[in-house]
Amino acid sequence: MTTTALSAISPEDAWMDYDEAMDLFDVVIGLEVHVELNTASKMFCSCPTDFGAEPNTQTCPVCLGLPGSLPVVNGKAVESAIRIGLALNCSISPHCRFARKNYFYPDMTKNFQTSQYDEPICFDGEVEVEADGERFTIPVERAHMEEDAGKSLHVGGATGRIQGAEYSLMDYNRAGVPLVEIVTKPVLGTGAKAPQVARAYVAFLRDMMRALGVSDVRMEQGSLRCDANVSLMPKGSTTLGTRTETKNVNSLRSIERALRYEISRQAGILAAGGRVKQETRHWHEDGGRTSSGRSKEQAEDYRYFPEPDLVPVAPDPAWVERLRETIPESPVARVARLTEAWGFTELEMRDVIGADALDLIEATVEAGCSPQAARKWWMGELARRANAADLPLAEAGMTPAQVAELQGLVEAGTLNDKLARQVIDGVIAGEGDPAQVVAHRGLAVVSDTGALQAAVERAIAANPGAVASIKAGRQAAAGAIIGAVMKEMRGQADAATVRELVLAAVG
Amino acid sequence: MPLTPNDVARLADLARIELSDEELAGLTGQLDLILESVQVVASSVPPETTPTSHALSLTNVFRPDEVRPSLPVEDVLAMAPAVEDDRFRVPRILEEAA
Repeated sequence: MTTTALSAISPEDAWMDYDEAMDLFDVVIGLEVHVELNTASKMFCSCPTDFGAEPNTQTCPVCLGLPGSLPVVNGKAVESAIRIGLALNCSISPHCRFARKNYFYPDMTKNFQTSQYDEPICFDGEVEVEADGERFTIPVERAHMEEDAGKSLHVGGATGRIQGAEYSLMDYNRAGVPLVEIVTKPVLGTGAKAPQVARAYVAFLRDMMRALGVSDVRMEQGSLRCDANVSLMPKGSTTLGTRTETKNVNSLRSIERALRYEISRQAGILAAGGRVKQETRHWHEDGGRTSSGRSKEQAEDYRYFPEPDLVPVAPDPAWVERLRETIPESPVARVARLTEAWGFTELEMRDVIGADALDLIEATVEAGCSPQAARKWWMGELARRANAADLPLAEAGMTPAQVAELQGLVEAGTLNDKLARQVIDGVIAGEGDPAQVVAHRGLAVVSDTGALQAAVERAIAANPGAVASIKAGRQAAAGAIIGAVMKEMRGQADAATVRELVLAAVG
Repeated sequence: MPLTPNDVARLADLARIELSDEELAGLTGQLDLILESVQVVASSVPPETTPTSHALSLTNVFRPDEVRPSLPVEDVLAMAPAVEDDRFRVPRILEEAA
């Protein structure tokens, strides 16, 4: 974190249209993601980790780096790191150490960050993600344990940014909160979809961390942070170009936008015969652009050395295997499994995922509904109502159990589709479960065959033309009579039953 | 390979220590002697010896994930050279030499 002066975007920054850049260059991306663990206490001391506490109320001699204080590793954080590694299909190191990363910056009072260097606890993994209907394998270089730094508030200067600040105010509550840093290998071969792939990968991490229960993964609170590296090489070349690292990319959407921006910027420089400067760049959400940060320090500037105050971590293989049992299915594997089990087409499944309906349909199926019917209700009636109310589907007003119950009533012949829609209205209006709405609104299909038979006979008498047509062999003509019966029954009849009665009476 | 005054100047820069040319020359000789001495020790150790970073052969010293009281904020801020809004006030951070 040692630094150089920040400069504004240089005027010679060129620019190339994204599609044109894609014709000329191959993109290589690399992603560094910091996940703040949700342990109750810090990585090396017993201070709490609550977000949003009053400044400097969660500190002690260890996380303030006072002389003579000694760190002790949080066992839960090690467990979380191993589980993250297993979820990323990494090998778990049988023996690894912490290291000091030395730098002078007031966000760490110790003047070093306790991290891992040459011996990460997790290494050599890969994950599969899906972007724009295509699957990509993201190779994971490592996932290592470290501690977060304090928070700086820059005072003075127009923007509240570090540039132009007169002084800074430090809050050390976050110093020492456990982090796992996940680093990919260079990701090649994603073509023009590179920004989408990066986004899909971070979305995968977010979902996986949430499923593991190891982090709150709130990007807006900084508990999931992403730095996006990108470089370009001329089509056909195998020599990696100079990369930039864009920081401060704090939403899934910004990851995609920041990478697109950097690709166009770098392509413009290269096409004009310039050289991309290896540097850190800052993403500005408002302007949708990146600006030059500090030039990238070489790794050896940090003078890493093994942390003498901590003994090595040597996970017992039996412990690792027990933790492996706790790893949830990967999102891509889950989608593949459910697509097959439910008999959906890939297109149907993509729509379901796009509508955030996967969990809802799964829960509805678990409550006893057929997958196709569950999809029909969630993607049809409920999606329509959620859209109209501008609500997420999960908040449309019906639970998966209620949808399963509704479908059960349809299959039992109690409701037809039209009545079912009225039941949905009732459930959303808070009138209770589907069966209660049926009882309360008197919506059940009329199964009194006497009443139905009488209505059929009246309709036949009123539609002699249709009767003649049916007798002439055109059964489609029955529609007019069925319609008349349904109207008389105010929709509370089963159309198939009515049809049978009509054909029987006429034939 | 002996240590050069340039190596030491670089280290001093990274460690934010200002050294005069005289100090630099003196320290270069001293540090070089230390490295040589370590080399002597290293060459007397059998090559199959595993390097170690710790005097104890302990591993997996963990504590349970339990919160204990932090320091009172007044005590923490009493250590700060300057305080504003319950935070440590520090000089502006950037615009140091590269």
